[in-house]
Amino acid sequence: MEPVLEIRNLNVDYGLGDRAVHAVRDVNLTLHRGEVLGLAGESGSGKSTLAYGLTRLLAPPGVISGGEVIYHPEQGDPYDVLGLSDNALRAFRWAETAIVFQGAMNSLNPVHKISTQLTDVLKAHDPKMSDHSRKARAREMLKLVGISPDRMDAYPHQLSGGMRQRVMIGMALILQPQVVIMDEPTTALDVVMQRQILGQLIELRERLGFSVVFITHDLSLLVEFSNRIAIMYGGRIVEEAPAATIYRDALHPYSRGLLSSFPALRGARRELTGIPGSPPDLAGMPSGCSFHPRCPKAFEPCPTHIPVLGRPGTPDGAARSVACWLHPTEQPVG
Amino acid sequence: MTQDATAPAGEVVLEAIGLTKHFPVRRGLRQLLSRERTAVHAVDDVRLTLRRGHVVALVGESGSGKSTVARLLAQLYPRTAGDIQLHGRSTKVKGGSSFRAYAARVQMIFQDPFASLNPVHTVRYHLTRALKIHGNAGRTDDDLENALRDLLTRVSLTPPERYLDKFPHELSGGQRQRVAIARALGADPEALLADEPVSMLDVSIRLGVLNLLRDLKERLNLAILYITHDIASARYFADETLVMYAGRMVEGGDSETVTQTPAHPYTRLLIDSAPDPDRLAGEVNPLDEDRGNGEPPSLIRPPSGCRFHPRCPMAMPRCVTDLPVRLEIGDVPGHWAACWLYDEATVAAEKPGSAASAGVAEEVRS
Repeated sequence: MEPVLEIRNLNVDYGLGDRAVHAVRDVNLTLHRGEVLGLAGESGSGKSTLAYGLTRLLAPPGVISGGEVIYHPEQGDPYDVLGLSDNALRAFRWAETAIVFQGAMNSLNPVHKISTQLTDVLKAHDPKMSDHSRKARAREMLKLVGISPDRMDAYPHQLSGGMRQRVMIGMALILQPQVVIMDEPTTALDVVMQRQILGQLIELRERLGFSVVFITHDLSLLVEFSNRIAIMYGGRIVEEAPAATIYRDALHPYSRGLLSSFPALRGARRELTGIPGSPPDLAGMPSGCSFHPRCPKAFEPCPTHIPVLGRPGTPDGAARSVACWLHPTEQPVG
Repeated sequence: MTQDATAPAGEVVLEAIGLTKHFPVRRGLRQLLSRERTAVHAVDDVRLTLRRGHVVALVGESGSGKSTVARLLAQLYPRTAGDIQLHGRSTKVKGGSSFRAYAARVQMIFQDPFASLNPVHTVRYHLTRALKIHGNAGRTDDDLENALRDLLTRVSLTPPERYLDKFPHELSGGQRQRVAIARALGADPEALLADEPVSMLDVSIRLGVLNLLRDLKERLNLAILYITHDIASARYFADETLVMYAGRMVEGGDSETVTQTPAHPYTRLLIDSAPDPDRLAGEVNPLDEDRGNGEPPSLIRPPSGCRFHPRCPMAMPRCVTDLPVRLEIGDVPGHWAACWLYDEATVAAEKPGSAASAGVAEEVRS
């Protein structure tokens, strides 16, 4: 499969110098055309920082301290997003990659009609477009996400939470970007609405052919809706594999712990334990593998040596990678 | 410390009968002139029973009124109608010493441990206050110290010395919620009302807190009301599960039965919508799509009859007009649903789905 976005050795810090906190460390990740890549992790694992880092939306004191983000446009040569000039970056954002943020309630401007907010995007990116065709395009987008176009003149407070989140998704897709990053898009919604919106998103992706980076802490949701899953812990990717592989045969003890933290709705009722301890503090990251203080299988190299992400020696090793001393690797990724 | 730990398991502690809460809506100029009084029908005719050593889960979407039920039971809101009985005696407290006496027996745990602990006070202060107010601090400083240690040990914050003089910001989310639980236990209650106690916590530590609550339930013989939107965790943690929709209870029974053989169409929708890793990407069942479209109704003017009928794929003409009563399903004793589908006479006279909005009914029949 053809890559759309390649992240190479990305490092993101908060702060400078000795007191910097390393939120994202040595992340290598490839997003392919038309796929849904799930990014799972607990709060503080660096998943949102990674998303903001690769779109250069980090607010100070966030700093990208190293790495590359290579974007492959549909036509033309690939380029490094981190090296774009301000003008090029402005054109790149939204038209090539769009973000749907967590709180739809806070992402829409409460004093403007949604029609204004939808056409604003078009005005900024294509000033020559006529007013009429802008309106028509906005109407079309609303229909696409399942909102009746006669709600064009509604204000955000006149729409329910689910409808607002749909408007946000419509807005993200209005310039037909290649990559859509969704940062916990449905966390604030109920399960019924969540399923409707995600189902619709998957259908739109099949029709329009964009790729999705789907960030959430809900691993069971990711297993169902994404093609591949990358699991982050303490700022690093600890395991990456096709969704079914992660679900049936996770290699990293953290992935397994995370999977067994969700009580099942079907099958036998069994005692679950979760993961002992609590997620690490970024300012005081444990040495070696950052999961070792909570890991039930930690052994001699774990507290001192950082495991590298690489292909494990299992039969299906070619399609997956893991960073764990239990599965040492000869072929590091990146 | 717990004087009633020997009380028989299954003894009824707290009972709500026909519990109702309407919040008045501020009236605009136009309504001021008319006689009409509008109110949000947050909770209507709720019946539930908390027994010692039992966990009852209350499941519903946001806005279904489940938190209002908890606050009514904790007597934080006055009720509009109905009755709350503590050990069979009707109780109504407004504040002052009667509220304290009530709070000593019924304690609440809130959703957000980041907001429910005072950031300027230490763990010691929070717990000491709970112990002193409810008269469990003993006579001497040593008694108090022992009681504090005991509390922290119970919620597995060990060794207690390490946590006693910490401020909330020095603790992780899971540890804070454990302190909040310890504070509730400081009153030595008989019933705990846990309002989404784990939904703000990191995924990997949620089960730790749920397992702790289960362990406390067994050791202290507590009655627990567990409020959640996650029906899978209700199945994991609770003995009995009640499902709420738009302020009314729609189904109840043994947790395993309610989640495995749901009777009410709303419960089915809720279970079908829950994330299920076994349903992998690409294997989306086309029947699932578009089912139960729409959203919970406005509670200022709730739908007539069954409140779920505008979204229900099985709606019948009777659902639009008559409020369904609790009907026994008959598979397992105690499993009931408030749905006309389980009334044989109605089903025989009217075809299920005949009053459903056209698109929805088609989907189900095909």
